[in-house]
Amino acid sequence: MANFMLPFSIFFASIFTSNILLTNYLGMCSFLSVSKELKTSLGLGAAVVFVMATTTPLNWAVYQWLLIPFGLEYLRFIVFIIVIAAFVQLTEMALERYSEGLYQSLGIFLPLITVNCAILGASLFMVIREYSLITSFFFGFGSGLGWMLAIVAMAGIRTKLKTAKVPPGLEGPGITLVIAGFMAMAFMGFSGMIAVS
Amino acid sequence: MFTTLLISIAIINLISVFLALIMVIADATIGNYGVCSITVNAGAREFEVLGGQTLLRALNQEGIFIPSACGGRGSCGLCKVKVLEGGGEYLPTELPFIDDEERKQLVRLSCQVKVKTNVAVEIPEELFSVKEFTTTVEKIRDLTHDIKEVTLRLEDPNEISIKAGQYIQFVVPEYGDIDEEVYRAYSVASPPGDASHVELEIRLVPGGICTSYVHEHLKEGDEVTINGPYGDFFLRETDAPIIFIAGGSGMAPIKSILLDMQKQQNPRKAMYFFGARSKRDLFLLDEMKALEESIPNFTFVPALSEPLAEDNWGGEVGLITEVVGRMVEEASSSEAYLCGSPGMIDACIEVLGKLGVAEDRIFYDKF
Repeated sequence: MANFMLPFSIFFASIFTSNILLTNYLGMCSFLSVSKELKTSLGLGAAVVFVMATTTPLNWAVYQWLLIPFGLEYLRFIVFIIVIAAFVQLTEMALERYSEGLYQSLGIFLPLITVNCAILGASLFMVIREYSLITSFFFGFGSGLGWMLAIVAMAGIRTKLKTAKVPPGLEGPGITLVIAGFMAMAFMGFSGMIAVS
Repeated sequence: MFTTLLISIAIINLISVFLALIMVIADATIGNYGVCSITVNAGAREFEVLGGQTLLRALNQEGIFIPSACGGRGSCGLCKVKVLEGGGEYLPTELPFIDDEERKQLVRLSCQVKVKTNVAVEIPEELFSVKEFTTTVEKIRDLTHDIKEVTLRLEDPNEISIKAGQYIQFVVPEYGDIDEEVYRAYSVASPPGDASHVELEIRLVPGGICTSYVHEHLKEGDEVTINGPYGDFFLRETDAPIIFIAGGSGMAPIKSILLDMQKQQNPRKAMYFFGARSKRDLFLLDEMKALEESIPNFTFVPALSEPLAEDNWGGEVGLITEVVGRMVEEASSSEAYLCGSPGMIDACIEVLGKLGVAEDRIFYDKF
């Protein structure tokens, strides 16, 4: 039973208690630069969810079935990066061909997240924590959703912030980092609920 | 030891080769749109292009030049054509530029539409007369600290037929960090009477691709490619009194129109308000004075918004809209021709509206 429930608890844990952005500070650069507007952060968030949920199990397969048998675990960084890059490129081409609308809303973000460290981070965590294939999928999916939740929440706050009085020295990235800190603290409130391991 | 080395290299290569293979296959299948045919104006022209590129680029390659001031980034909204077949759905990037009426007529932004199947388009007849010209830079001179006048001599074809006030597109070649050709639109300042030359007035915009190229790289004797003419900013043939308003390099099309009026000894009453910040932003004052004398009914009114103490300025002071409001009492029978920044033009339209100029008699060129 516990085994059966594990993927689900990891799914929720990766959204709330160990949010990849707010507890591990991964994927900060696009989080800070693209969170100005709600609509674009939703687009980027959706792209991250999709890419994380697919590349994490993909990398799991490459790692378990290719790298481990040949004792090449130390090559995982370079391999994960190429797999992610190729997959993102492929998705972009498919979107452009078959779904013009989706390409317009997600397409421009896809090249951007090839180098999003949260994506690589999810693949590396899944190795360190020795997840199974199914757990990896739920972990990647959940981490993506968690990242999206954080950036959308931040975009909402920053929309309000446009009319707020911010001390001159804190304008722009300064106040955004301060808010990210508050958000991280707020998310710590979830930490008693479930844990990833 | 040696074998583990070989194995690791082999595995990495295997992964890379496999992924590369997938990419190549994807490019040949998903990314390959094959050859598509484009039909222009119900068969007036028909040609085949490689699919996957934008409609604007495909038409350009075949010598049909659709005006596009922004060079295909979807920010100017000029490259509209009717796509009757094969255009697909409207994209979010097009919608800000297309109104309901245009939507019914299937008007699209050709820089956003990708050619993926056979396409049928309808293009205004006059765009067929748009040509590409090879030119040589004959002269470059400074008009002000940030505006240069560039005179191009046409080589091939060696004559252009334009209406005073129209514009051309300047093709900026690859230079420095700019790794592809870009197009920028500039009004022609020379009169249509001189068919073998094109004169442009180009203001330096910090960071502007074309303006930096012209100000920092272009030398006399260089070869420049332009295409044109485009635009409907030309003098309407009526007897109505004319109000010209321009700022900065907005001088160019007005100057062309004035020189044309001079040649034809046009008797219409005309006033030209030219706005600048301080004296160092004013130019061509002598030429304008000469035109005041040689055009029967023409007055030139330069105005400074922030004259400096050392300018010793005795002329009009204030924003150009204030000066127009002050000097023109009633203008319900007038036509107005405006050229300048969007902010200036919007402000002028408001002032002219108050003076009684009907909206359909206000013509403008925003840049």
